[in-house]
Amino acid sequence: MSDHVLTLKGIRKSFGGVTVLNNVDFCLKRGSVHALVGGNGAGKSTLMKILTGVYFADAGTIAINDEVTEINSYSDARKNGIGIIFQELSLVPTLTVSENIFLNNEIKRGGVLDKKAMNQRTRELINSLGVDINVEEKIENLDVGYCQLIEIAKALSEKSLILVMDEPTASLSDKETEILFRIIRELKSKGVSIVYISHRMNEIFQIADEISVLWNGRIVASQPTGNYTMETLIHYMMGETNEKAMAWKVRTMPVGNQSILDVRNLTLRGKIDDISFSVREGEVVGLAGLMGSGRTEILECIFGKRRYDAGEIRINGDLTRFRSIDQAIKSGIALVPEDRRRQGLVLVHPLKDNVISTNYASVVKNGVIRANLVRQISERAISAFGIKTNGIQTRMLNLSGGNQQKVVIAKWMNIAPKILLMDEPTAGVDIGAKAEIIEIIRQFTSQGNAVVFVSSELSEMMAICDRIIVLSAGKISETFDHAQIHSEEVLQHAIQK
Amino acid sequence: MPSKNKVPGAKVQFKANQYMVYLIFIVVLVFFAIWLGNSFFSMSNLMNITRQTGMISVMAVAMTFVIGSGQIDLSIGSIVALSSLMSAITLQKTDNIFLSVFVALLLGAAIGAINGFFITIVNIPSFLATLGMLSVIKGLAMWTTATKAIAIANTTFSNIFGMGLLFGVPIVLVWTLLSLAIGDFALRHLAYGKKVMAIGGNTTSAIYSGIKVRKLTTLVMTFSGVSAAMAGIMYSARMQTARYTYGEGDELSVIAAVVLGGTSMAGGSGNIIGAVVGSLLLGVINNGLIIGGLNVSQQMVVRGLIIILAVALSTIGNRKKSRS
Repeated sequence: MSDHVLTLKGIRKSFGGVTVLNNVDFCLKRGSVHALVGGNGAGKSTLMKILTGVYFADAGTIAINDEVTEINSYSDARKNGIGIIFQELSLVPTLTVSENIFLNNEIKRGGVLDKKAMNQRTRELINSLGVDINVEEKIENLDVGYCQLIEIAKALSEKSLILVMDEPTASLSDKETEILFRIIRELKSKGVSIVYISHRMNEIFQIADEISVLWNGRIVASQPTGNYTMETLIHYMMGETNEKAMAWKVRTMPVGNQSILDVRNLTLRGKIDDISFSVREGEVVGLAGLMGSGRTEILECIFGKRRYDAGEIRINGDLTRFRSIDQAIKSGIALVPEDRRRQGLVLVHPLKDNVISTNYASVVKNGVIRANLVRQISERAISAFGIKTNGIQTRMLNLSGGNQQKVVIAKWMNIAPKILLMDEPTAGVDIGAKAEIIEIIRQFTSQGNAVVFVSSELSEMMAICDRIIVLSAGKISETFDHAQIHSEEVLQHAIQK
Repeated sequence: MPSKNKVPGAKVQFKANQYMVYLIFIVVLVFFAIWLGNSFFSMSNLMNITRQTGMISVMAVAMTFVIGSGQIDLSIGSIVALSSLMSAITLQKTDNIFLSVFVALLLGAAIGAINGFFITIVNIPSFLATLGMLSVIKGLAMWTTATKAIAIANTTFSNIFGMGLLFGVPIVLVWTLLSLAIGDFALRHLAYGKKVMAIGGNTTSAIYSGIKVRKLTTLVMTFSGVSAAMAGIMYSARMQTARYTYGEGDELSVIAAVVLGGTSMAGGSGNIIGAVVGSLLLGVINNGLIIGGLNVSQQMVVRGLIIILAVALSTIGNRKKSRS
C-alpha cells in the first residue's frame, strides 16, 4: 500500500462543450493537508464535486487506498470515508444545531430519537471547536461565521478518512480560523487527510503540506509547500503576476476637507456603543474587528436597515434618520451586504433583473420598463466591471463568486451613490477579482465619493483604506491613519487586543 | 436514472416546464376531438368552454403574482361568493350597474388588503391568514343573505359581464383576454412585476435593495381580491342570480392552473399566458368528460389523474433541462 490515500488520474469533465477539467491528476498523502488553489472558474469546485459524487467524470479514475472506486453519489463518497464541508452552507435553517449535525445520522433508542444524547454529543463537538453555541438554537438565528463552524463540526461528526474543505475560512474571523487550524492539525495527527481549497494565500502557507495549482482546468504545479514563495504561487495562479494590486496606491485625487458622512455617538443597545467617526469626500474609512464587533451593525444603521437607540447620522451636514432603506438610497447611500447570496442577489433571476433592482426608475419611460434601457445598463455594467458571463440573460447562480459580487457592486453603482458601504466585499472571491474590486473602489473615490469598508482581510484594508478604525465589542478601540500602519501585524495586534 | 448533478443541500424547487402546458393542452384537445367528434370539437362548444373557464382565468392572472411573490391566496373562492351577492343586492336596490360593480370590486380590494395586512404586518403566513379569511368571508356571505339566492333582473348587467357577445366573441372571453393582457404587461413591462418577482425570488435581497416589500405584497393580495370580486360579478351575470355557493373550491382550480402554467411554487417567477392556458386546460378536461358521459364521481377521479399526469409530464421536461 502506497502512502497515497487518494489518487485521481486523468480526470476530464466538460459541460456542454466547455472543458472544465482537462486530464487532471491529483494525489493526496495520508495524514496531510493538500491545498488546491486557482482562480474562480479554474475547476477546483468541479473537481471536488466529482470526488464527492455530485458530478460524474467524463473520463479518469478515482482510487482510494490504491483501489479504483466508483463514486456515483454523495452516499458512495460517504461510504468511502470522504466528507466535505460545503462552500454553500448545507445546513437546514429551520432545524437546530444538533438536529443538523445528526441529520440522517440520528442517534436512536428503540426507534425513538435520543435528543439528550444528540445534544450532549453536539455540545462536546462544538466545545472541542472552542466556541460556545446553544446546540438547541435554530440555524436561522445564528450568524454566518457560526454556521461555518457548525458545518465543520458536522463533517467531523461523520468520522471521515478524507475531508474536503471548500473555502472553510471565508466567513470566519481570525480567531475562528486559528481554532480551525488547530482542529486540522489534530485531525492530521489522527491520520485524516485534508483537501484544502482557499483563496487566502497566507492561510495556505500556514496549513498546507503540499500545494497544487489548477489553471484553466489543468494542474500547472504540484509540489511541497516549501518549494513555493508567495510570488511563485501567485504567478502559477494568474499566469501573470498582479500582486501589486494589493499594494497601496497614491490617490489620483487627494482626500477633500468636506465631510460627507458624520456618525456621532451612534448606539445600538448590546451591539454598538457610542461610535463616532466621519468620512470625507474621496476617503475610504475601514472598519476592522472580529465578527460580532459591531462592524455590520454600524453599516446597517447608516443604511436605514436598523433603528438605532441613540446618536446622530449626518449626510453632507444634514441630520438624517432613515426609516427605511429606500430613503437611504434616495440620499445616495449604497450597501454591498455581507452575504451576497442571501442579501445581495436574487440567484434564480438573470443578471439583467438583478442589475436594475436598486433603480427601476432608470429603465422606466412613461411608466413602462424599456428592454433596450435594461440591456444598455446591463451591458455597461458587464464591461465596466469586467463581469464574466454568457450574457445579460444568465442566471446569477451560474456565475462564479467573484462575478456575482461584481453584479452586486454594479447594481449599487446603478444608483450613482455618494456613499458606498461595503461589508466583506471580497469574501470568497479569487485574487484576480479581488484586485479588480479594489480598483473599482479607487475609481469610485477618485470622483469625490466616500467609502466605508469592512473586511476581515487586513492586507486589502491596508491597500485601500485612508484610515482604519478598529472595533472591539461594539466600541472604537483604536484608529490608524494609513501612514501609521507599517505592517499587517500592527493591525492584527490591535484587533486581537 | 436519477439526476447526477443535484447539489446536496440545495433547495428542490418545484416548477413545471414553462412550455409543457401548451403541448399538453393541444394533446388533450386532440384526444377529446377524436374521441367525441363534433359534440366536443364545435365552435359553439369551444366558446362554451371559454365561458366556463373565464372566471378561473381572471383569478389565475392575479394568482400568478401572488404565487410569484412567494405567497398563496386561499380566500378567493369566498370572495367570489360574497362579492357576487353584494353586487346583486346593490343592483336590486339601486339598479345602478356602475355602483354595483364598484361595491363588489371595492369589497374584494378591502378583503385582499386585510389579507395583506395580516401577512405583512402581523406576520401570519399567507396560507393561514387566507385560510382563516376563506371561512370568515364564506360565513359572512351565508349570514347576510340567510343562504338565499338573489336574482338579477338587469339584463344589461348580465350582458356586459356574462352573457353577451362583443363582435361575435363571448363577453367572458373578452374579459379573460383583457385581464391576461393587463397581467402579462404588468409582469413583463412594469417595475411592479419585476419587484414582485424579486420579492418572491429572494425577499432578503429585495429588502436590501430598497424594495418596499410590505407595500408590494399587500398590493399583490389586494389585486388578487379584486380579481376574485370580478370573477364573482361574472358568475352572477352569467347565471343572472347570485349564490353563496359560487366560487366554492375555485382557489384550488386557480392554483392548479397557475402551477400547470409554469409558475414556480417557490416564488420568483411567473407565466401569465401559461396560467390562462392552464385554466383552459382544466376547462377542456371538465367539458370533455361531461360530454363523454362520465358521471360526477367518475369525472372527479379522471380529472384528478389528468392533472397529476400533466404536472408530472411538465416536471420531467424540466428535470432534463436542468441536467448540465
